[in-house]
Amino acid sequence: MTAAPANLSAVPAAAAAADALVELRDVSFGYSKDRLILSGINLTVPRGKLVAVMGGSGCGKTTILRLLCGQIRPSVGEVRVEGRSVAAMSREEIYAHRRRLGMLFQFGALFTDMTVHDNVAFPIREHTDLPEEVIRDLVLMKLNAVGLRGTANLKPSELSGGMARRVALARTIALDPQIALYDEPFAGLDPISLSVVGQMIRRLNDALGMTSILVTHDIMQSMKIVDYIYFISEGRVIAEGDVPSIRASHDPFVRQFVDGEPDGPVHFHYPAKPLAEDFA
Amino acid sequence: MSMLARLLRRLGRASIGAIERLGFVTRFYFAILRQSGTSVVRPQLVVKEIYQAGVLSLIIVMMSGLFIGMVLALQGYETLARFGATESMGVLVALSLVRELGPVVAALLFASRAGSAITAEIGLMKTTEQLAAMEVMAVDPIARVVAPRFWGGVISLPLLAALFSMLGVYGGYLVGVQLIGIDGGSFWGQMQASVDWRYDIMNGVIKSIVFAFAVSLIAVFEGYDAKPTAEGVSAATTRTVVTSALTILALDFVLTVFMFRGGIN
Amino acid sequence: MNRKIIDLWVGIFVAIGLGALLFLALKVGNLLSINEDRRGYQIEARFDNVGNLKPRAPVKSAGVVVGRVESIRLDDKTFEGIVRLHIYSQYLFPRDTIAAIFTSGLLGEQFVSLEAGGDTVMLKDESKIAKTQSAIQLEKLVSQFMFSKAQDSAPPAPSAGGAATPGAKP
Repeated sequence: MTAAPANLSAVPAAAAAADALVELRDVSFGYSKDRLILSGINLTVPRGKLVAVMGGSGCGKTTILRLLCGQIRPSVGEVRVEGRSVAAMSREEIYAHRRRLGMLFQFGALFTDMTVHDNVAFPIREHTDLPEEVIRDLVLMKLNAVGLRGTANLKPSELSGGMARRVALARTIALDPQIALYDEPFAGLDPISLSVVGQMIRRLNDALGMTSILVTHDIMQSMKIVDYIYFISEGRVIAEGDVPSIRASHDPFVRQFVDGEPDGPVHFHYPAKPLAEDFA
Repeated sequence: MSMLARLLRRLGRASIGAIERLGFVTRFYFAILRQSGTSVVRPQLVVKEIYQAGVLSLIIVMMSGLFIGMVLALQGYETLARFGATESMGVLVALSLVRELGPVVAALLFASRAGSAITAEIGLMKTTEQLAAMEVMAVDPIARVVAPRFWGGVISLPLLAALFSMLGVYGGYLVGVQLIGIDGGSFWGQMQASVDWRYDIMNGVIKSIVFAFAVSLIAVFEGYDAKPTAEGVSAATTRTVVTSALTILALDFVLTVFMFRGGIN
Repeated sequence: MNRKIIDLWVGIFVAIGLGALLFLALKVGNLLSINEDRRGYQIEARFDNVGNLKPRAPVKSAGVVVGRVESIRLDDKTFEGIVRLHIYSQYLFPRDTIAAIFTSGLLGEQFVSLEAGGDTVMLKDESKIAKTQSAIQLEKLVSQFMFSKAQDSAPPAPSAGGAATPGAKP
């Protein structure tokens, strides 16, 4: 799977790049030289779109988000947001950059010592000098957007997993970010919460005019809501395309992923000696 | 021979590891100092941590102080009675408490009650990505989470140590004067004549301030440095208590040598 | 937890903590008494033997604390111990005052005792006390006692001439 990624959509990537808000160009990253987590990733997210990055567990999806936040820097290549390289930013610029980002963590990462209201108010209080009444109204609006206005005075521990995820979503959009990043937003949710969160991500993207990147392995839910999908395996983009073309694809990896087969290009067995040798 | 070499190699590796860790702690300490502006501008953050570290440790520290003072009086009476010097009981109790037991035992109790809680809390925030979430929200977790807890501990411990000593003296008074029947006048009078507020009490306070910095730093560092797993956090909590205890006792020795060496020669 | 309640508790905590510090300084320590008469003057006394006297030991006159021992050092010419005394300024002593080193109780701490003379000229800052009496050494006392006993049992007994011969037969 080291060949050039299969571009399955009719529109070539270059055309979409014209209005690209987020761009990864030949990005490689590894904590040590010999073990690369990402190698030569090219990824483009046009303004206003909802793009999914998919792949099995541990394929480096989350690393892409951390690169975008400026928490880590690529070993090779460039991460550009609005044409500016994230790696070249100073500490202040990175903080300014992060203020325009909203990120939803895998399990919500709500602050356990604060109420729901204070959680959503947290980024507003930290970055603005708004009076308390205004903050209260803003928080209730955000909570209303995710349907949880009534939970304002509860502690995160009193919420179900699905509700906690929605509160985290409200916190993510508290400062009306330009770019929203979602790290496994569907992990550990029941089917109803899952589709609620999915619909909400799409709605918020369109209503607030955000650009969103969704890192997930939930192909079924993603296909319902996203505009464009990248498949990543072993640190490389191995397939990309819009939803209809993914559905129609004959690429063996995409097929295995979409149909959920246990064995295929991604092997069921961890590399090992031949069976006969181990049981000799 | 090869076993000796292996032993030495292990010793070497352990030493390098320890020095490396000391380096991390030092850097972390300066990072806390650099990021303490938020704690000054928003004292409410520190007040909340004083509540967590100080107010919630009040009961255990005060009870322990009272009991240790009472035991000191009982044991002291035994010994002093042999020399017919029971009226020096006040001196014995007060000096033991303000110079040694107050700062040291209060710090040990603080490390196990508040220090471990701080480590567990920060470790858990790291495990559940709350610290990472803050960072992505452009909020420095050292400024917002670590520094207030550090300063909360630094402020709380000296006050707790003073309360410990005070209740210890009171406990000594209860047993010595009320129970055993030593003359109250000579109990207080001898104490005041022999305890110097600069030499004995201020040095005790300085000790507890030094311990406060050490224990608070260890607690926040172990939490921040914890492996983001359940085992990692529990191991870090244990390390906080063990490292704090050893550090307190070692520092106590060094400080005592410097402060009270006038009494030795 | 309500913010107001936290504020209140922290307020109480800090107040009683500072109160405890004050208690230690005033009731346990001697901040109050020292503040009144901390200022004073320094005089010097030379002893043949200072015994176990320590810096900061009390200086008493008629049993009342009138100062502290400031420092103790050895004069390397005369091989006497020089003891500097810090006397609180409200106390003045005649020039012919005698300084002696006593022990409180049998095994207690040692202190300097000042016995006032009758001179009308008072000691000033940096004055020297002329007459001193060294610390009594228990070992010397005991050996003296043993010696006189031994002499007592021997028939021809010329007195050792020592002033302190406790237990000697009349």
